[in-house]
Amino acid sequence: MVRKIRVLVAKPGLDGHDRGAKIVARALRDAGMEVVYTGLHQTAQQIVSTAIQEDVDVVGLSLLSGAHMTLFIDVAILLKEKQMEDVLIVGGGIIPQEDVPHLKKAGIAEVFGPGTPVEEIVDYIKKNVKR
Amino acid sequence: MSELSRNVLAGDHRSIARLITLVENDEPGAVESMKQIHRYTGQAQIIGVTGVMGSGKSSLIFELALAFRAEGKKVGIIAIDPTSPFSGGALLGDRIRMTDLSTDSGVFIRSMGTRGMMGGLTSSLYDVVEILDAAGMNVILIETVGVGQDEVDIVKIADTTLVVLIPGLGDSVQTIKAGLMEIADIFVVNKADKPGVEQTVAELESMLDLVSKAERRTPIVATSIKQKKGIKLLVSKISEHQEYLKKSQSFDKRRRQRYEAELIEIIRKRLMGFIFDEKKLKKTVDCCIDQISKKELDPYSAADEILGKILK
Repeated sequence: MVRKIRVLVAKPGLDGHDRGAKIVARALRDAGMEVVYTGLHQTAQQIVSTAIQEDVDVVGLSLLSGAHMTLFIDVAILLKEKQMEDVLIVGGGIIPQEDVPHLKKAGIAEVFGPGTPVEEIVDYIKKNVKR
Repeated sequence: MSELSRNVLAGDHRSIARLITLVENDEPGAVESMKQIHRYTGQAQIIGVTGVMGSGKSSLIFELALAFRAEGKKVGIIAIDPTSPFSGGALLGDRIRMTDLSTDSGVFIRSMGTRGMMGGLTSSLYDVVEILDAAGMNVILIETVGVGQDEVDIVKIADTTLVVLIPGLGDSVQTIKAGLMEIADIFVVNKADKPGVEQTVAELESMLDLVSKAERRTPIVATSIKQKKGIKLLVSKISEHQEYLKKSQSFDKRRRQRYEAELIEIIRKRLMGFIFDEKKLKKTVDCCIDQISKKELDPYSAADEILGKILK
């Protein structure tokens, strides 16, 4: 049996805009992946314990409220603490270009801004998944 | 015993999750661990929750899990959603209703796709139940995909099966007569804050009048997640059913049924694996081709021999 890529799509923090996350979730499903979608308002702890229980290969974070520098990085730190370094972390939403290098340094592998074709995200995940 | 099995038995979430992935993908190490943990299983109470789409199964499971947690029990939840037959992908969204449980260390939730299995379940479900049982979960709640009429396989696994309906299905309650009707140990009429509850309950009652055996009449519990109604009653009906199973010796019968279904599923998977592993099959067949061409063997006897080896 072919190993399926499992992805957690999560919305950390307080913003209520999940259309982007849902579109990405659907695109990943249509690319043959198993996508766990947890809904809005997740804390970093909730995201990480979900990632552990669901044993996902990828955590995709979507955020439009401007709190990415705290919340994305919190998730990355917690995952590392739990020895989940083999999980690929990607982010998306409204992320200013100047923040991207900092996020990458903190362990977010790639950041996809508005207008990114979903195929690009699918390809990136397929190429970079760590196990 | 492997380190993975040991950690699963100790209840380590990361290891439980990893072993589930291994069995789902049929990866190396899966079978070894499954063999090792079997003798530590059999303690958990297994509850199946099935019903039509949108009947509130996830929310109901969330409330049940909270109730069992309040009793100090550890809870495992398996939430199954359909895999797309076209892309092979799946959107697993049952956790949306269970967010508050995700950081409780006494709860383990796993979402699964059906991965081509019919009947509302997924083929590695038996393994996942055994894993959660061995890991020390006292209660295992299984949520099937939203079912129609004959996706009734959950009875092969669960000790207690809840069939969830909602008001306003009207005459369609009639249509579930054949399939779902027969597998319910308890009927739940959820969303009881909506109009039409009395009618749905009455329709179920009149159906039960026709089919109930004297020894036990299937209870009907009306629940409302919004109004937090009926959950306590449902929990007590579940434990009453457990008592009933044990008293009537049906408990062992159900467990035997589960192991029978599990064993058949393993054999089915192995056979399919062999048949579709063309390289392996070709190698086996090659040995006989020479003999067949030299007329030392006829094709039918060769087939008997090969199948005999596979089935051994």
